[in-house]
Amino acid sequence: MGKWSTMWLFTKKSVTGALIGLTISDRYGFIVPVTGSSMHPTFSACDARFPGYLKADVVLVEKFCLEKYKFSHGDVITFKSPTDHKQNFVKRLIALPGDWVQVPESSEILKIPEGHCWVEGDNAACSLDSRSFGFVPLGLIQGRVTHVIWPPQRISQVERKKAIERISPH
Amino acid sequence: MSTAGSRIASFLGGAAARFGKVPWREIREEAFDRAVLVLKAACFVHVVNTYVVGIAFVRGPSMLPTINLTGDVVAVERVSPRWGSLAVGDVVILLSPENPRKTVAKRVLGLEGDAVTFLIDPARGSASQTVVVPGGHVWVQGDNIYSSRDSRQFGPVPYGLIQGRAFCKVWPPEAVGLIGQKL
Repeated sequence: MGKWSTMWLFTKKSVTGALIGLTISDRYGFIVPVTGSSMHPTFSACDARFPGYLKADVVLVEKFCLEKYKFSHGDVITFKSPTDHKQNFVKRLIALPGDWVQVPESSEILKIPEGHCWVEGDNAACSLDSRSFGFVPLGLIQGRVTHVIWPPQRISQVERKKAIERISPH
Repeated sequence: MSTAGSRIASFLGGAAARFGKVPWREIREEAFDRAVLVLKAACFVHVVNTYVVGIAFVRGPSMLPTINLTGDVVAVERVSPRWGSLAVGDVVILLSPENPRKTVAKRVLGLEGDAVTFLIDPARGSASQTVVVPGGHVWVQGDNIYSSRDSRQFGPVPYGLIQGRAFCKVWPPEAVGLIGQKL
C-alpha cells in the first residue's frame, strides 16, 4: 500500500536524520538558547520559564576544544553544574589550572588545582558561579560558546574578556 | 618515422575514446552512496556507544582484585548515569577530576547525602574520617585502597563526570563475568 511505504520511508529518513544530528551535536557543535541573567550584557537577560524562553539569545557552541581541553582565559564555556548534573551553565572562564586567582570582594588568593578552573558570570550581581560552588573540574565542560546567532540584530562573535588585574598565571 | 608517429597517434586516440566510454557518472554516484552509507553507520555506532552501551579498556592497580593489573576489557552501560539510577557498590567509569583527558574506573561508595567513613592512610594505622557527600556529588574509591588515587585524595566527584557503569568483563576470556556490587 502506498501509504505504508511512504510512512516507512519517512520514518527511515527521520531516524537517519536524528542519528546524524545527535552525532554532530555530541562531537562537533550545537545550537542552544541561553536563559538567565548571569551573563548580561554578553547574552541578554531573560526568564528561564515560558514565555521568557522565547526571547532568549541563541548561541553556537563548539566542541572541538574538548579534544585536548585547550581553553584560553576569557572564553565563554558551557558546563554541567557541579551540584546538579542535569543542568547546564554558561559562564566565562576566568582562570585555568595552575593560575592564582583573587576571589572578588575578598582578599583570598587561591591556586587553581590541576584539572579544574574558575568561572564567573559577567553580571556579578546575579550569577551563581565559582564564588559559590568553587573550582569546576574541566571534565564537566560541554563546549565553548563562539557566536550569538539569534536574534538577527545581535548576531556577533562572542569575545574573550580577560580579567588580567585579578589573575596571575603560573 | 611516419608509421611510428601514426601508431602513437592512433593509440592515443583509442585511449581517449575508451576514457570517454568509462561510466564516470555511475562510478561517482556509487562512490557517493557508499560514502553516505559509511557515514550513517559511523553515526549509528557513535549513538549506540554514547547512549546505550560501549566498551572500555581498564588497567592499573587501583581496582584489584576486581580488575586485572594488566588490563581487562569491560562493557560499560550508559543508561544508569543518565537516569540517575546508580547505586552504592557500582563500578563506574569517570573522567578524572585531576586530568579530564584521563578516564578512570572506581567503585561508588557513597551517593549525595551519604556519610562515608574511610581510612585516611591504610598503610599506616587505622585512623579514619567520616565525610558527608554534598549534593550532586558521589564518593568513589578503588577496590585496592593501598594503591588508588580516588575520593580520599581528590574529594567527592560531581555526578556529571561519570561516563558509564561497568557491569561486565568481556576480555580476556578467562575473566568474563558480571562485575559484582561489592568487593
